[in-house]
Amino acid sequence: MLLIPCPYCGERPEIEFTHGGEAHLIRPAPPSSVDDVTWGQFLYMRANSKGAYTERWRHARGCGKFFNAVRDTTTDFFLAVYKSGEPPPALPVQVA
Amino acid sequence: MSRQYFSAFSLFRRALSRHRSWQPQWRKAEPKPQYDAIIIGGGGHGLGAAYYLAKEHGLTNIAVLEKGWIGGGNTGRNTTIIRSNYLFNESAALYDHSVKMWEHLSQVLNYNVMFSQRGVMMLAHTVHDIQVIKRHVHANRCNGIDNEWLEPEEAKDFCPPLNISGNIRYPVLGAALQRRGGTARHDAVAWGYARAADALGVDIIENCEVTGIRRDASGAVAGVDTTRGVIQAKKIGVSAAGHTSVVLKMAGVHLPLESFPLQALVSEPLKPAFPCVVMSNTIHAYISQSDKGELVIGAGTDAYTSYTQRGALHINLHTLDAICELFPAFRRVRMLRNWGGIVDVTPDRSPIIAKTPVPGLYVNCGWGTGGFKATPGSAHLFAWTIANDEPHPINAPFNIERFRDGILIDEAAAAAVAH
Repeated sequence: MLLIPCPYCGERPEIEFTHGGEAHLIRPAPPSSVDDVTWGQFLYMRANSKGAYTERWRHARGCGKFFNAVRDTTTDFFLAVYKSGEPPPALPVQVA
Repeated sequence: MSRQYFSAFSLFRRALSRHRSWQPQWRKAEPKPQYDAIIIGGGGHGLGAAYYLAKEHGLTNIAVLEKGWIGGGNTGRNTTIIRSNYLFNESAALYDHSVKMWEHLSQVLNYNVMFSQRGVMMLAHTVHDIQVIKRHVHANRCNGIDNEWLEPEEAKDFCPPLNISGNIRYPVLGAALQRRGGTARHDAVAWGYARAADALGVDIIENCEVTGIRRDASGAVAGVDTTRGVIQAKKIGVSAAGHTSVVLKMAGVHLPLESFPLQALVSEPLKPAFPCVVMSNTIHAYISQSDKGELVIGAGTDAYTSYTQRGALHINLHTLDAICELFPAFRRVRMLRNWGGIVDVTPDRSPIIAKTPVPGLYVNCGWGTGGFKATPGSAHLFAWTIANDEPHPINAPFNIERFRDGILIDEAAAAAVAH
């Protein structure tokens, strides 16, 4: 089980959290004027990085807040957590 | 290379010589500088594709490149369940193509894959489950696939350890039974395909990780860089499961895949106690008993994407809670080991067997949590796609463009759960 450092509450066990998928996806607006390729990219394409990966978590059984994290998907260690709306921190180059 | 033929007589004869005259079942091939086609990924799907390319399409100058050892990825990590009771016509055709091939696979390969059609039973625990499962039963029967509805007492007759009392958290309200479903020995599938492909001249190259995909001036594939040198080929098939995103990135191809850990566990070996396969999508558990006697138990995926081949214990505990309620007789059985694999999941939980935008590059991926059952059919159709440079009618709907055009084959919505 992961120990997840919530930026509001500190380290808590994974069962308190829900995973929110990849972070920093921007919804193209307005959807009705977007072509199929762009809309398909937004709906379905994910980086699926091997290495540093930015993702959303929600401390659902805790403070209830969403936040973002950078996790190394080859080790599952968290490299950084930061609040929603903040830019991702500068990190070493991704592994793949 | 002539291979030793397996039969009851050959077993008896070699027993007389104390089993000292058996040969290795495939060569330890060294990579050649050039092949007609390369398959990246030495699991059942990849080895099978090489076998069918050689057997049915006359392409014998082929290599299978495996970064570890063959069958060491998801082929050796799954819970070996085989069934074809999928809702949509496209999926039904695809998975039943595979079940029909399973029925003859041992004879075709001359290798006992221990395919056992012991029946797969899917439980209903809520009114919604009953409606969804009956819809599946009717849809399957329209597609010529056997599936039947059982009342709780009938389910208990078929699977005596099942608890059908009304006082558990999610009581069993009925079940769907596919009698043609069952299990097979996963290692034997990889070994059987490897042995049969090798006999047709296919080079199986282990410990050979692909580190780059080379393209020529026109953009078509020209070969691969590997940890064992450069290998040229005009056709490359990627069958790399959880690492498909990583391999395709080398050619600049991006697919809608996410890689999740999926765990399974086995108990200590027991005497035969469990006659079939039981699955419950609602409470996330599936269980069968291997011929070795272990209860083989599978869970859902972990919540987050990862490449670590391990997951969290609470996922397994959640599954064991369900198993203990459904089968109280197993409450004191000790679990022997657990493990994880990395599965590549598509948004609609249906696979992709298709050409990519790069000429000469083909992909067979997105099998998610249920690829083992499809091994022969998937390999057969992937070989067809590579050989003919166009998809077979069965796998034509499983293309990449469906995510742009919105023509999903949404088994995720149909089952409301990973499967």
